[in-house]
Amino acid sequence: MKISMIRDLLDAEVLCCEESLDNDVYSACGSDMMSDVLAYVKDQAVLLTGLVNPQVIRTAEMMDMVCIVFVRSKRPSEAMISMAEDDGIVMMATEKRMYDACGTLYINGLIGAKAVHV
Amino acid sequence: MSDSLVFHFDVDGDNFTSAGQASTQVKKNLRQLGLSPAIIRRVSIAMYEGEINMVIHANGGTADVVVTEEYIEIVLRDSGPGIKNVEEAMQEGFSTATDSIRSLGFGAGMGLPNMKRYTDSMKIDTVVGEGTTITMRVNLN
Ligand SMILES: Nc1ncnc2c1ncn2[C@@H]1O[C@H](COP(=O)(O)OP(=O)(O)OP(=O)(O)O)[C@@H](O)[C@H]1O
Ligand SMILES: [Mg+2]
Repeated sequence: MKISMIRDLLDAEVLCCEESLDNDVYSACGSDMMSDVLAYVKDQAVLLTGLVNPQVIRTAEMMDMVCIVFVRSKRPSEAMISMAEDDGIVMMATEKRMYDACGTLYINGLIGAKAVHV
Repeated sequence: MSDSLVFHFDVDGDNFTSAGQASTQVKKNLRQLGLSPAIIRRVSIAMYEGEINMVIHANGGTADVVVTEEYIEIVLRDSGPGIKNVEEAMQEGFSTATDSIRSLGFGAGMGLPNMKRYTDSMKIDTVVGEGTTITMRVNLN
């Protein structure tokens, strides 16, 4: 799935790294607990979260994730946006709640933790 | 070992926002050395979990990373409260984190198990009331 399709499906506002919207991603995970995210290294490329602080971006960076979606209209600070810009991580915000956002992406083909050959 | 590289960091215990900066820097340094992405990811996740633990449980400390031909070693030292029962702390889901820490996204009780999972060896030296030193190694071959 292209990152631009995530934006479209979630009716999300892109906050940075628009130039990477054309990149493909194959799996995602949703959590507000960062160590849960860090527990499953399976080439997940997208993180959906309701947590907003710089550790979300550091977690994504450690995992080599390429896209962060903030659910429930959460907005990151300017400092967070510039961190993500430096890392080349696309960030977007959606009004949808976690369950709806994950479900929408899942039924459209973005699966969970499944190993992907790179 | 003349070929080994050493990185040293002070980890500020009063600043949750900056927690993880040392791990971020190590990740950059390892990329420059041209190590494989899988190795870099294991090292940086393990170090990041340990760095966060030092900030949220032990009021900061120091991190030393040594890169040799054979392995990468991460040593995290703090003078925090120590860990009363290491076996218990190593269980998935065990956490003493407060609600305020949980609201920051930590306290799932997954950090130490993750550190063990992503490294080839991990040693915890801890004394209650004195502090904790965690030594982790990831082999390169
Ligand atoms: N450096 C440390 N100093 C003192 N206690 C520690 C330290 N590291 C871990 N602990 C103790 O071990 C417990 C388990 O640590 P672990 O990293 O597995 O989970 P957590 O930090 O509570 O939550 P998570 O890592 O999932 O965000 C902690 O709750 C804490 O009581
Ligand atoms: Mg932890």
